[in-house]
Amino acid sequence: MDRERRIQGLRDRLTYIQDIFANRDDDSIRLLAAKFGEMMERHRSVPGGTKREELARIDDLFDFSERKLDTTLTPMDRVRIVRHPQRICLKDILENVYDNYTEIGGRGEYNIDPSMLIARAVFSRRVGDKVINQMVMVIGQEKGHGEAFRNGGSVKPWGNAKALHYMKVAETENIPVHTFVFTPGAYPVEDWPGAAQQIARNLYELAGLRVPVVAVFSEGGSGGAEAIGLADRRIMLSHGYYSVISPEGAAAIEAGLRSGDRATPELIEKCARQLRITAEDNLRNGYVDRVLQEPPLGARPYHYDFFRELRRELIQTTNEVVSSVKSMKLYRAMAVRTSKTDDAESIYMRWTLSSSALDRLVDQRQRKFRAMSRHARLDGTGVVSRAVAATKGTIWAAHSFLRYDLLGRQKRRLNAVFEDLGAEAHLVRHKVLMPLKKAMDRMLPGNGGVQPKVGEAVMDRLTRLSCPEDGACLVGSEWAWTSPRSQEDRTISCPNVRTHHCPDLWVPDLFGDFAGVCPSCGHHFPMEYRWYLQNVFDYSESKEFNGQLESMNPLGYEKFDTKLDKAKERTGLKSACITFETSIEEVDAVVAVLCAPFRGGSVGAAEGEKFIRAAERATRKRQPFIAYVHGTAGIRIQEGVNGVIQMPRCTIAVRRYIDAGGLYLVLYDTNSYAGPVASFLGCSPYQFAVQSSNIGFAGPGVISETTGISVPPNYHKAYHALSRGHIHGIWDRREVKKNLHQSLLTMGGRNLYYR
Amino acid sequence: MLNIKELLDKVKASPYREIVVRAPHTGVVAFAAVKPGEKVHGPRGEFLEKPGTLLAHLTREKNEKSIPAPEKGVIEVVHTQHEGRFVEAGEPLLTIKHYLTRKEVIELILQEALYLFRAPERAKYYFVPEVDQKLKVSGKRSVKVQDGMEFLIVSRMKRETPLVYSGPEGIIYSVYFGRGDNVDEGEPLIGVCPEDQLTVIQDVVARIQSEWEEEA
Repeated sequence: MDRERRIQGLRDRLTYIQDIFANRDDDSIRLLAAKFGEMMERHRSVPGGTKREELARIDDLFDFSERKLDTTLTPMDRVRIVRHPQRICLKDILENVYDNYTEIGGRGEYNIDPSMLIARAVFSRRVGDKVINQMVMVIGQEKGHGEAFRNGGSVKPWGNAKALHYMKVAETENIPVHTFVFTPGAYPVEDWPGAAQQIARNLYELAGLRVPVVAVFSEGGSGGAEAIGLADRRIMLSHGYYSVISPEGAAAIEAGLRSGDRATPELIEKCARQLRITAEDNLRNGYVDRVLQEPPLGARPYHYDFFRELRRELIQTTNEVVSSVKSMKLYRAMAVRTSKTDDAESIYMRWTLSSSALDRLVDQRQRKFRAMSRHARLDGTGVVSRAVAATKGTIWAAHSFLRYDLLGRQKRRLNAVFEDLGAEAHLVRHKVLMPLKKAMDRMLPGNGGVQPKVGEAVMDRLTRLSCPEDGACLVGSEWAWTSPRSQEDRTISCPNVRTHHCPDLWVPDLFGDFAGVCPSCGHHFPMEYRWYLQNVFDYSESKEFNGQLESMNPLGYEKFDTKLDKAKERTGLKSACITFETSIEEVDAVVAVLCAPFRGGSVGAAEGEKFIRAAERATRKRQPFIAYVHGTAGIRIQEGVNGVIQMPRCTIAVRRYIDAGGLYLVLYDTNSYAGPVASFLGCSPYQFAVQSSNIGFAGPGVISETTGISVPPNYHKAYHALSRGHIHGIWDRREVKKNLHQSLLTMGGRNLYYR
Repeated sequence: MLNIKELLDKVKASPYREIVVRAPHTGVVAFAAVKPGEKVHGPRGEFLEKPGTLLAHLTREKNEKSIPAPEKGVIEVVHTQHEGRFVEAGEPLLTIKHYLTRKEVIELILQEALYLFRAPERAKYYFVPEVDQKLKVSGKRSVKVQDGMEFLIVSRMKRETPLVYSGPEGIIYSVYFGRGDNVDEGEPLIGVCPEDQLTVIQDVVARIQSEWEEEA
């Protein structure tokens, strides 16, 4: 029986190797297959003919070949490893790494989302002669090999909501969170709570979650990974990958494929190589803290040594995180830092942290992410300007503190007192004087009762609802900037002509006077971002900053340099993000604009850094922070993880700003998709959209590609996003300025200077 | 009484509908490469989001608009004399011969053979509980309606009023509205078939189902 099992084990190993090195011709694999075939032949002809020694010999051969093949792994092979059904999954880890666990929030199919697994797990350890139980909350994607209902680890929005819920539970109970990233990417359904918006919410909460978080990355695909991956320490398994997009997706984008076509395997291989997705690449770039070595060709459920290693690593890392902020650590901190062997288990560190330690922990996490991806952008600012900017920043911070905190607080308190007193006085006066006035009115003739006659014209003006004869109630059609398209002498048809029977529009009217809005149905034709810069944000009067930050090609992605140069030349911008200070109806504000014409408004390291600096500037100056998204296609895939890391980075910046009491407003225009919406844009409490814009997590093409479901043509329209609760209002383009001003006055936190 | 056989013969004699594609507005016509005898298709995709075969372009004020085929069929005539010329709205540009599908034929015959009871106003319609239950338990064609019978409830603005049937006595053959749908004024609600014609109609439908080749 044992023999049969060993043969079966060898057969599994062989198929595994053949699957991993799909369509690669290698002598070792051929040799293994031949040897195994020979043995099976003998085994079949003489039942029980296989000797124990022979099995041992072939076992050794397998070990040797696996070690040898391990050195030849390409990035795409690693992708195949993590996707293989024999790869370890979260259930295996729960069984083998933790001493006990209880799955909570669902079991198997009876689950809000079976692809997200939550468990309360325990480490039981003997330290000295005491047995210690340490609780953790385990959150991670379960691929559930062979279980179709798990959806291959693609988490639906409600799965991420469940994860968030239990993160909060862990926070309440003050136990560490261990997250395990085993996902090829999130599932792109837009139903409430929304794929992008839920990931954004998770990131926002994780940015300030007051418990230690340790993440283990095995398969990390973009947004799905980030939803639980923002951690104090990130461990990566050596045969895993962490990437902005699957190599197939990147290849499809590179080749410009339409739906239905498949990219060639060579192109996919190349993209996998260029995206720098392996553990070493991520360690080198600083996006993971440590790489945990796996057995040759990747960990499988029977590698018990690996599970022991993982257990040690998890305990040590959690100890490290805790010890880095604990006030009482003494010698143990040093021991934790230096321990490399199994004695991590013997160091006991209480994982519950005090309130002040938790503050330090959150601050440390935020700083850690702030410092990332420095190498992935160009900063053309000179040393002098940088020094000046730093000094200025300090001065603003000090000024804000003096003016709004030290003096402002007293003034506000005084004002509040006066306000209350005034209200009291008003009421008293009213009570006392009203009877007097009534008596006077009664006595004196000709006072009251008779109202002055209102003229017909005034009456008409007051009672009329709208002015239909003046067209679309346009008031003032003189825009500070009109689109150059308005010079064309031609007409254009509204896309809603079938349903709304809009008459054709003369282009100079449409783009000149109507600001690109169909006067018949209100459809908004796409408008250049300069229109908003000039007509809404008074760009000519404003002060741009960090203009020297420039996008680059950090991964040396093929042909990307020329593409970037072309974009820079065509748009005159250095990155897709413009940040400036302006004043909207006398209210000073910091604005960040993502411009669609620059590489689709995609976000990379330079854009992220500019965005973060803008948020910091707004914090220092106590100004509202407005993100105008002219359009964004997501994270720039050619920058790889350098791009994807901007999701947590910017979200942390936004969180810090909002926590500091600012007002963060997001305005979407044209098309906004993917990463940015699923992080720093989607987490805003005030999100608005210009009419006729599209908002979503994945575009219709990607949805049908990944899920096989085709979505209705209007699936991502702003009105649908509004009805799903993803945005909080839809604005007419001509009223953006007015609405922005209104929002500035009525929304936002406590620390705005004009409040 | 309706002569269904005659009707069917008439449909069989010319089993297609001619669709004349006209210029929707004035403009200069440029035909796409379509020739008589060529097959064209109508809008496709799950949501009919992909337009039909391109037939021609119409340009007015430098605004070029495409004219796609409205339905599946074969091109019969292309009025090529208009190529590159200015036409007025309503000018016939092409003719498409659309072969009737099975469903369309059945619908055509039913519309002729059945008495259609139409919605008197835009509202939601429900059957009265007795009728509803009978329909659910014994299926359609189990309910007989006669003049003056209260059989529907008109539900509008939270106001529910009974609706009285008026028309020839017969059996409910088809129901054209769904539960909770808003039905426009004048749209058919039910099709009523006189009892003696039921077998004839069922026979015809069965025959069309089996014989008609053009499926969709």
